[in-house]
Amino acid sequence: MERRVKISYVINFLGVLGVFLLFVLLFESRIFGAATQYIKGICTTACYTIIMVASLNLVVGCMGEFSLGHAGFVSVGAYASAIVSGALTGKGLPDLALFLIALLAGGIAAGITGVLVGIPALRLRGDYLAIVTVAFAEIIRVCFCNFSITGGGKTMSGILKLSDFYWCYWIMAACVAVMYLYIRSRFGRTVMAIREDYIAASASGINVTYYKVLTFTVAAFFAGVGGGIYAHYMTAMIPTNFNFMYSAELLSEVIIGGIGSLTGSIIGAAFLSSLPEMMRQFSQYRMLAYSVVLIIVMIFKPGGIFGNWEFSLVRILHRAKKKGHEKAEGGVQPWKQLERKSRY
Amino acid sequence: MEAAGKKEPILKVQNLGIQFGGLKAVDSFNMEIGESELVGLIGPNGAGKTTVFNLITGVYKPTEGSFYLNGQRMNGKKTHQIVDSGIARTFQNIRLFKKMSVIDNVKTAMESKLSYGLFHAVFRTPVYWKEEKALTERAEELLKIVHLSGMEDYEAGNLPYGQQRRLEIARALATDMKLLLLDEPAAGMNPTETEELLEIIHFIRNEFKISVLLIEHDMSLVMKICERILVLDFGTTIAIGTPEEIANDTRVIEAYLGKEDEEVEADAKSE
Repeated sequence: MERRVKISYVINFLGVLGVFLLFVLLFESRIFGAATQYIKGICTTACYTIIMVASLNLVVGCMGEFSLGHAGFVSVGAYASAIVSGALTGKGLPDLALFLIALLAGGIAAGITGVLVGIPALRLRGDYLAIVTVAFAEIIRVCFCNFSITGGGKTMSGILKLSDFYWCYWIMAACVAVMYLYIRSRFGRTVMAIREDYIAASASGINVTYYKVLTFTVAAFFAGVGGGIYAHYMTAMIPTNFNFMYSAELLSEVIIGGIGSLTGSIIGAAFLSSLPEMMRQFSQYRMLAYSVVLIIVMIFKPGGIFGNWEFSLVRILHRAKKKGHEKAEGGVQPWKQLERKSRY
Repeated sequence: MEAAGKKEPILKVQNLGIQFGGLKAVDSFNMEIGESELVGLIGPNGAGKTTVFNLITGVYKPTEGSFYLNGQRMNGKKTHQIVDSGIARTFQNIRLFKKMSVIDNVKTAMESKLSYGLFHAVFRTPVYWKEEKALTERAEELLKIVHLSGMEDYEAGNLPYGQQRRLEIARALATDMKLLLLDEPAAGMNPTETEELLEIIHFIRNEFKISVLLIEHDMSLVMKICERILVLDFGTTIAIGTPEEIANDTRVIEAYLGKEDEEVEADAKSE
């Protein structure tokens, strides 16, 4: 591993840690007074929404296929993790371990569902795939409405409240990091090639179906993890929470944030998930506001607000350093700023 | 046809054919390509040349006949399996991964040579770095061969036309193939670019000891570099031979230029 890469990991970790400490400072200093718990809750909402939206972005941005059934995977994760944590309560496990096991179980359950849905569905492309994913999400929802273990259409309640913001923050950071590393490895490269031209991809020796199903599964896994946090935050849920509107909401957050940009997903999800909470009195107009924002974004910035641009702390530091140097040298040479993109 | 007196041919095609509904796009197509041989495949528009490529690369499933690569039967295999066994191609209408960098285009084609899994990718283990580094070096070498050094980080879709064609060849080379299928590599190129392309084809053929099957409309190019030429018309093979033989074959001339008036009349009478 090159030194440059190691340094960039340290810098990125420090960045994440810095944001975390900022939140800790805000919450522990009681700057919001009585509203602290409430705002913490909103931030937790933002955390799991970020995981769900970023995972959907793997499918929509990286693989270039529209999935309108992401809520299905979220619900599988939510129910599976709730069942697991319910079964493991009182076994003497510390809360954090219990939470992580539950999330992992939720992720794996959703991942398995992802494989099962992906193998038949990913033979299709474009609009057809979108319709099939809607259908699968509905099948999953109807199943949960009828299984007795999930409450049989009634509210499943009494789930432990394990979703603490501080934990969720780190889980979110880890999930996003893993997805980012997935995209920036052979897997992301291959999937993007399939998105660009699947005929050329298979003529280059790529097993198109395998990589599509793999990416779909990874996306489903993280959707399940997000769902697990959701379940342990809400402590009660009903299958109708995960209807088509929820999928559409996630998809519109991906599109508004920027198709193919994890930065866009993070900021879009954080903003759009906390927005309805902040404007509670208008909550019934939420979907209306979403649609209007979506239309405006589509007209003025079809690729989403961030396009496929990624925020990079390392790059910013690099630029700042260069600017400092140039000031010292007394001349700006703009072409020198054209740096090489990372090769790995 | 004899594979120029050499041992086992690389590619052996026997009575290959495909039917789309009532139309026989390719009919009992036979061909053998020997080791490091350069064979041309020509014919008028719609003769079925690209269909032959699509059959050999598994894009279409043949409705009759079979083909063998190094004695191994390839029928019914998926495209990526065929590529893995050693047949790579370029496309008539360039198909690059346009939004990806030049080097990533080449790296993508070496995907099957990588062995690191999800774990190594996510935790960026030494295995990951080692394999990716080797991959990058190999990709850079290949780009050098097609004269694209220094263009690694450009977006492939932004390259000029001739360079895109060459990048496609580099991508095909990256699959480590034994037989390279080039579908009109010189289409839309100016004479200088064509000359450069010729050099590259010669170079890779000697360097990698591969066989090349070439579809081309530029007759001067075909006549210049091909050792043997196979002419298709309406899905059937009408002539096989050396460039000189083909240039003087009446059926080939007919297929390209049509018959002369007296001949048509004579034919009509005899019928």
